[in-house]
Amino acid sequence: MKLNRTFAVVLRHFYLMRGSPARVLPLFAWVGIDMVLWGFITKYLNAITSAGFDFIPVLLGAVLLWDFFIRVMHGVTMAFLEDVWSRNFLNFFATPLEISEYVTGLVLSSIATSSIGLIVMLVLASAVFGLSFLSYGAVVLPFLLVLFLFGVSLGIIGAGIVLRFGPATEWFIWPIPALVSPFAGVFYPITTLPKWMQVVSRLLPPSYVFENLRAIVSGGAASATALIWAVAFAVVYVFLGCWIFARVYRHTVRTGLIARYSAETVS
Amino acid sequence: MRNVLSVANLSKKYGDTIAVDGISFEIGRREIVGLLGPNGAGKTTTINMILGVLEPTSGSIRIEDIDIAKQRSRALSVTNFAAVYAPLPGNLTVYQNLRVFGLIYGVKQLPERIESLLQQFDLKQFRDTKAGVLSSGEQTRLCLAKAMLNDPHLLLLDEPTASLDPATARDIRTKIRSCATHGFCGVLWTSHNMYEVEEVCDRVLFLSRGRILLEGDPKRLPHEHGKSTLEELFIAVAREPLALERA
Repeated sequence: MKLNRTFAVVLRHFYLMRGSPARVLPLFAWVGIDMVLWGFITKYLNAITSAGFDFIPVLLGAVLLWDFFIRVMHGVTMAFLEDVWSRNFLNFFATPLEISEYVTGLVLSSIATSSIGLIVMLVLASAVFGLSFLSYGAVVLPFLLVLFLFGVSLGIIGAGIVLRFGPATEWFIWPIPALVSPFAGVFYPITTLPKWMQVVSRLLPPSYVFENLRAIVSGGAASATALIWAVAFAVVYVFLGCWIFARVYRHTVRTGLIARYSAETVS
Repeated sequence: MRNVLSVANLSKKYGDTIAVDGISFEIGRREIVGLLGPNGAGKTTTINMILGVLEPTSGSIRIEDIDIAKQRSRALSVTNFAAVYAPLPGNLTVYQNLRVFGLIYGVKQLPERIESLLQQFDLKQFRDTKAGVLSSGEQTRLCLAKAMLNDPHLLLLDEPTASLDPATARDIRTKIRSCATHGFCGVLWTSHNMYEVEEVCDRVLFLSRGRILLEGDPKRLPHEHGKSTLEELFIAVAREPLALERA
C-alpha cells in the first residue's frame, strides 16, 4: 500500500470540501440541530420527572454517540458517492490505485469529517446542556471506538451495495442507521425488545455501547468483557465490509460494470 | 525493439456474446498503433482489458513485460490513458485534478511537472477553473495532460481528438507524435478519422467482430486490398468483413 495514493483520495475530498459550503454545512448542521432538539427534550424530561434521575447523560449522551456513528458511516459513503456522481471510477481504477488504498482514503476522509461533527456536538452538549463526557469515565474511548468501527463497516458495505447495484441504490444507504437503531437500543434497554429482536441486538456492536452507557449512568460499572466483545465484533464487521467491497469490485471488473458504471446495469 | 505491450490470445465473452475473440498483437517503443474498426468491433473492450478495468475471459496482457493479471498496480504505473467517455471530475479545478492524479501515479517533482503540462497543453489560463465548466476541447486537453503526467511507457488513446477543432487536433497529434518519437512511449490509438490515422499511426490493426482482420502500414494497406483510401478500406471492413477475411 502506497501512502501517496491514499493521500490523493483524501486530498480529492479535501478539495471538494474546501470549495463547497454545501458540503461543509451538513457536517455540523444536522448534528447541531439534534443536540439542540434533544437537549431541550431532556431538560423538559428532567423538569417533569421525579428528582434524582438525570436524563441528560442517558438521552443526550446516547443521541450524541449515535449521531457520531451516523456521521462516520455517512462520511465513508459520501466520499464514495462523490466518485459515483462525478463518474470517476474509470479514471481512478484505471490507475495504479489499489482497492485497499482507495478504501483507506475513504475511511481517512470520514475520520476528518466525523471529527468535525463530534467536536461540534461535544461543545454544544457540554456548553449549553451541561453534558460532561467525563461522567462516563475512560470507558467513553471504547464506546467511540466501537461506534467508529461499526460506522466504517456499514459505510463500506453501503459503498459496496451502490457499486454493485448502481447509483440509484444510494437511497437504500441513507436509511441504514434508522433501520439499525431499534435493534441497537439507543434509547431503551435491549430487554424491552421481543426475543427475536434481542438476538439481532446481540449481533450489533452498538447495542453493547448503549447498554453499558445506561449501566454507568445508573451507578453501575461498564462490563469490560462486553466491551471487548463489542470491539471484536466491530473489527469483524470492518473485515466483512472490506471483503464484501473487494468481492463486489472483482465482480464489476469481471462483468465490465466498472467501465460503464453510469449505465446502472445490475448484470 | 522491446515491446511495451504484448497481448496474446485475448478474449472476452459476455454469456454467448463474444466481444473480443482471441486477438494477439504487440506495440513497440516509439510506435503508434491504430486500433480501427466499426462501432461494436471490440476496440473499447480491448482498451478496458489493457487498463485492468475489465477482466479477460482468456489470454494475457503484458505491459513492459509485467503481467497485468498478476501485478496490476505495477503495470498501470507505467501506463496512462485518455478517452472521450472518461472526463476528469468536473468539480475539481484543472490544477487539483492534475495534482490528485499526479499523486496517484507517484510523479516526482509534481508541481514542476504540472506547470510544464499546463504550458504544453495551453491550459495555463484555466489552472484554477473547474474542469466541468471547460469546453469539450479544453476538457480533452486536460485529459491528455493527465495522460502525460507520468511520462507513460504505454499510452492508450480512445478517440482523443473526437471533440477538437481541426487546428487543435493537429497540435495534439503533433504533441503525441513527438512524445512517441522523442520519448520511449508506445501508443495505442483508436479513431474514426482515417486522415488522422494515416498521418499519425505507424501501423494499424483492423478489428471486426472482435477479431483482427487486417494489419499493416496505413499508407500501403488500402492498395494491398484494392482500395484507394484508408476510409474505403474501413468501410469495406465494416460492411464486408467476411470477404476481406477470405482474401
